[in-house]
Amino acid sequence: MSRRVLHVDFNSFYASVACFLDPALRPHPVAVAGDPEARHGIILAKNELAKKFGVKTGEAIWQAKQKCPLLVTVKPDFASYQKFSALGREIYGEYSDRVEAFGLDENWIDVSGSTETLEDARRLAETIRFRIRDELGITVSIGVADNKVFAKLGSDIKKPDAVTLISPENYQKVVWPLPASDLLYVGRATQAKLLKYGVLTIGDLANTPVSFLKSQFGKCGVMLHAFANGLDAAPVLRSIDQPPVKSVGNGITTPRDLVNDEDVYLTICMLAESVSARLREQGMRAKTAHLSVRDTGLYSFIRQTKFDHPTNITSEISRACMQLFRENYNWQTPIRSLTVSTSDLVGEDNPEQLSLFDDQAPRRRAEAAEGAVDDIRRRFGYRAIGRALFLKDRAIGLMAPKDDHTIHPVGYLQNGTMDSVIGGSPQ
Amino acid sequence: MKIYVAVELTTDEAGVMHPRRIVWEDGRKFEITSISDVRRAASLKAGGSGIRYTCHIGQKDAYLYYEDPKWFVDA
Repeated sequence: MSRRVLHVDFNSFYASVACFLDPALRPHPVAVAGDPEARHGIILAKNELAKKFGVKTGEAIWQAKQKCPLLVTVKPDFASYQKFSALGREIYGEYSDRVEAFGLDENWIDVSGSTETLEDARRLAETIRFRIRDELGITVSIGVADNKVFAKLGSDIKKPDAVTLISPENYQKVVWPLPASDLLYVGRATQAKLLKYGVLTIGDLANTPVSFLKSQFGKCGVMLHAFANGLDAAPVLRSIDQPPVKSVGNGITTPRDLVNDEDVYLTICMLAESVSARLREQGMRAKTAHLSVRDTGLYSFIRQTKFDHPTNITSEISRACMQLFRENYNWQTPIRSLTVSTSDLVGEDNPEQLSLFDDQAPRRRAEAAEGAVDDIRRRFGYRAIGRALFLKDRAIGLMAPKDDHTIHPVGYLQNGTMDSVIGGSPQ
Repeated sequence: MKIYVAVELTTDEAGVMHPRRIVWEDGRKFEITSISDVRRAASLKAGGSGIRYTCHIGQKDAYLYYEDPKWFVDA
C-alpha cells in the first residue's frame, strides 16, 4: 500500500530562533555557539548570512571568526528551542497522529490518512510550511514522498522555506544524481568504500546488484540498496510507540583538562551520580557499565564491564568505571572529556538471583540512602544535598549534569528498523 | 519593538480571556472596543510569537499578543 510521508526540517533551527527572538541580530551573520569559557566553543548553527562566509557547523569559534570577522555569536537557549519544537509538533499533530521526531528540529509525518494522492500531500505540506512561518516566525523545508528516506532527502533539496515532492515518477531524475553521501547511513567510511567501486551517486547505488552490496556491507548493504530505490518500508512511529530506553548515560567536556586519577574519580562520581539518579527515575537497574574517554589529542576509546548484580547505586557504577579507567589508561596525555553510561537495563521489580555468600543488606541500605537523596533534591533542589567529595574541585564537582539539558542524538535504526527495511525489499 | 504591557481582562465561564483595556507604561488606558480575530501568530517586528488578538482601539486596529504569561504589543 502506498503511503504519503512528509519530512519537516526547521532551517538552521537554533540560529533562526535566535534571530527571530532578537530582531537586532537579523542583519548580521549570526552563529549559535557553545561557551568558550567552559570549552564548548564550537559552532552549533549559523544563519544564511554566516553560511555565505563559509562558516560551518562543528568548527571552533576562532576558525569561524577567521572567515567572518564580524560574526556575532550567541549562546544557545535550549528552553526556547524546546518551546518552538513543541509548537511545531502541535501543528503537525493537527494533521496526523503519526508524528515521529528525529532530534529537536526534524519530524516525519505520515499523512496517508488525511490525503488521497502525493499531490494532495504536497498541498498539505505547503499549508504546514505557511503556518509555521506565520505562527512561529521561522521557516521549514519539507520533503514529500512515499517513504521516510526520500522524504528526508527531499527536505534537503530546496531550502529554506520550500516544499519538494519526490514521486515514483520523478525520483530517478531528482534523487539519483545526488551524491551517495546524501543518503541516510552513508557516512565517510561507507562513502570511501563505495568510491572504490565507482559508486558515486545514489543512482549508482540503486543500480548496483544487491548481492554485491551484501557481500561488501552485509545487512547494511541490503538496506542501502533499498533506501536508494525508495523501498524503505519503515513506519512513521507514533510518539507512544517509540522504543523503551535501552541505555542511560551522561558525558561531559570538563571545564579544565583532567590530569590525575583524583580528577577522573571526581568526574566519574559526578557522572555516575546523575546516571544512577536517571536509572532510578525510570525504575531501572543496569547490568553493564561503559566508560568512554577522550584525551586532549582527541583520541578516544570505550570500554565496558558487567556488574555482578544489576545496579543503580552510584558507588557501584563509579567503582566499575574507575576500574575500567585504571586498567585502560596510562596518562600519556591529559583528558578532555569523559562519558559514563549503562546498558542491559532491567526493571527494578525484576527478580534477582541472590547469593548465599554475599551480604545484600549494605546494598539495600545504599539504595535506600540514594532514594532519600533523590527525594531531598526533588523537594529542595539539586544543590540542597551533595557529596563532600564534590567540594574539592568546585568547577567540576558542582556541575549538575542531570539538570543541564540532555538532548540525545537519535539513530534511525532504533527499534529494529533495519529488519523492517530489509523485510520490505525484494530479494 | 517589543513592548510588554499590562492588560485588564475578564475571563468567562469557559476560561476564555477577553482583554478589555491596555494599560500603557505612563498609566494611560486604551479601551478595546472590539476584537476581530484571535489566533496564534508570530510577530517578526517584535521578535515573539503567541496568541494574537486583533483589537479595535478608537479608530485604529492594533495587535496584542499573549505570550504566556505576559502580554506585548509590537510598536
